[in-house]
Amino acid sequence: MKDSLGGVQTVLVLGGGSEIGLATARRLVADRTRTVILAGRDTEALRSGADELRRLGATRVEVMQFDALNRDSHQSFIDECWSTVGDIDLVLFAFGVLGDQDVAEHDSKEALRIIDSNFTGAVSLLIGSAERLKAQGHGSIVVLSSVAGERSRRSNFVYGASKAGLDAFSQGLGDSLIGTGVHVLIVRPGFVHTKMTEGLDAAPLSTTPEAVAEAIFDGIAKGREIVWVPAALRGVMSGLRHVPRPLFRRLPI
Amino acid sequence: MAKFKRGADSLLAGWGGTGATRAEVVHPLSEMGIAEILKQRPERGVIARGLGRAYGDAALNSGGIVLDATALSGVRNLDEENGVVTVAAGTSLEDLMRWLLPAGWFVPVTPGTRVVTVGGAIASDIHGKNHHADGTFGNHVLSMTLIDGTGTTRHLSPADTPKEFWATTGGMGLTGVITEATFRLIPVETSFMRVDTERASNLDDLMARMSDRDDEYRYSVAWIDCLATGKSMGRGILDRGEHALLSDLPANKRRNPLAFSSHAVVTAPPIFPSGLVNRWTVRAFNELWFRKTRSDHQGAIHSIGQFFHPLDLVTDWNRLYGSRGFVQYQFCVPFGAERAVQTAVERLSLSGAASFLAVLKRFGPANPGPLSFPQPGWTLALDIPVGDPGLSGLLDGLDDLVLDNGGSVYLAKDGRVRRGHLEGMYPRLNEWRETVATMNPDGVIQSDLARRLGL
Repeated sequence: MKDSLGGVQTVLVLGGGSEIGLATARRLVADRTRTVILAGRDTEALRSGADELRRLGATRVEVMQFDALNRDSHQSFIDECWSTVGDIDLVLFAFGVLGDQDVAEHDSKEALRIIDSNFTGAVSLLIGSAERLKAQGHGSIVVLSSVAGERSRRSNFVYGASKAGLDAFSQGLGDSLIGTGVHVLIVRPGFVHTKMTEGLDAAPLSTTPEAVAEAIFDGIAKGREIVWVPAALRGVMSGLRHVPRPLFRRLPI
Repeated sequence: MAKFKRGADSLLAGWGGTGATRAEVVHPLSEMGIAEILKQRPERGVIARGLGRAYGDAALNSGGIVLDATALSGVRNLDEENGVVTVAAGTSLEDLMRWLLPAGWFVPVTPGTRVVTVGGAIASDIHGKNHHADGTFGNHVLSMTLIDGTGTTRHLSPADTPKEFWATTGGMGLTGVITEATFRLIPVETSFMRVDTERASNLDDLMARMSDRDDEYRYSVAWIDCLATGKSMGRGILDRGEHALLSDLPANKRRNPLAFSSHAVVTAPPIFPSGLVNRWTVRAFNELWFRKTRSDHQGAIHSIGQFFHPLDLVTDWNRLYGSRGFVQYQFCVPFGAERAVQTAVERLSLSGAASFLAVLKRFGPANPGPLSFPQPGWTLALDIPVGDPGLSGLLDGLDDLVLDNGGSVYLAKDGRVRRGHLEGMYPRLNEWRETVATMNPDGVIQSDLARRLGL
């Protein structure tokens, strides 16, 4: 159960090997989270993440496998998560791929891989976990969206489109869950320094996995619906949204 | 004919307004109806909820059934010779006061609100300003009827079924649904209180005054200004009193000495923004409260409401805290751990956590309930608005302090104590669990508090 100050006891991290996923799990365990499921593809990263969380005080850390692209397996994966630990207070959607924009522009296979990982795969798992949370009558879903979904950019519009779809779906899902005890928090980070973005030029107002984790922690405690990381991006993006397209596509972002 | 009406899904929160969860609220039409629901063993269980004054998650059951215990209420028998009443457990103390005061009877124990049910009073084993003299509500219960987790009706009394009786008293509703209780009343000549008030300039002064002469009074409570710092840290006002005798009353009140009005003055509308209760508004309020008591005052005549239930004058006063709500923190530590109370007040005062007057009280002897909260010692209770990011850490630190000093946190107020702290705070927890396992073997009785703490 979450406590009356929003403290989380049990978390399921989808994308448990990702830097944002792990940073968030560390932040939660530093508070009062004691049961963690780290789920993802890369077992090595998951195992070392699990060891670290145990050292930090988690009393139960489970490592589980899932593949966002293998949609047929999602229901049984969700069922297994709940049958392993019981009620889950927080499901963190921290998986995703950046993909190769250049390839994706002429090879639909790569474009669909990006869309299927970040959007359709996430939708499948969002619905599955929302049903579970509704049945237990409490809990939060945290969805890692991106500023890239806020306005499509020439340089990464396939990734941007997948996040735009995920963001729109999550907003509607959050509204549909009002009154069920289930809460959806959408997180829109800017450029985050991680291995996913290694070698890319950092955009202005770039941030770190730890800062994203802190914003998620704070957003859950306050019951927020959307947070931007850093917070200043909200103002920046609401300006950029209105920049005319001929000008926007020439901007160095 | 259906014995209960299927309920509607509702989002429920405790009185603090935090952490709402969804449950199906069912209004049972009879005791049979309650047994029927329990026998169906609903998957996420059942908890009884009275008037919803538990601050945290004690009367919530996410995804399961919440029984509206107020559906069954009323006096079933009044033995005027011995001052013993039998009531349906959903009866409120307020109704009992309205019905019984004109006949010269008062409830044995009342908390800071009269808007609680008898079932809730037993399940939380409530205490009042007379704990040092009279013990908890449970100390005055002669017998009760309970439908346990298997749907079986049990008659419990301290003499015949001590384990079950005392596991239920303070058991947070987790042994079953209390449907009826028989308890002793206090005879009174008037519905007024004769009150002596003193001002204490700091916490040491206050605690010394309380230790010194509390035993001369049946009722005693102190209000502390937790925002005062420096030399006046912990300054407070001490109110102590007795039920007024007819001869204590001025002539104009003697005409109707047992008058009782339960009317609230206003209802707080649900429009207050979170953040209205902050360290500045609270500081101003506390200053006014402290100054309105200009000096010590002997023998003032107060109404029952004025003395016991000042907050009941405003219906839904919890709305003042806005949509984010508030938490109440109440702990007790044994005599000898006065330093822990000092430290707690110091930390609260330094943190600036905005708390309207905190309540300090001396507890008398404990009763046999393994989860009953009051232990001989000091108890401090305070309300803090949710919003300050440092609040969780502050209260976690106070939990550690309380635990290290052999104290505990009151579960009826709690929504946030960590699971690992519970056994230290309630050393007889396993004894309680063993009894509960015989009364609720399949875990059909369930609450969010029980889930959070692994009870």
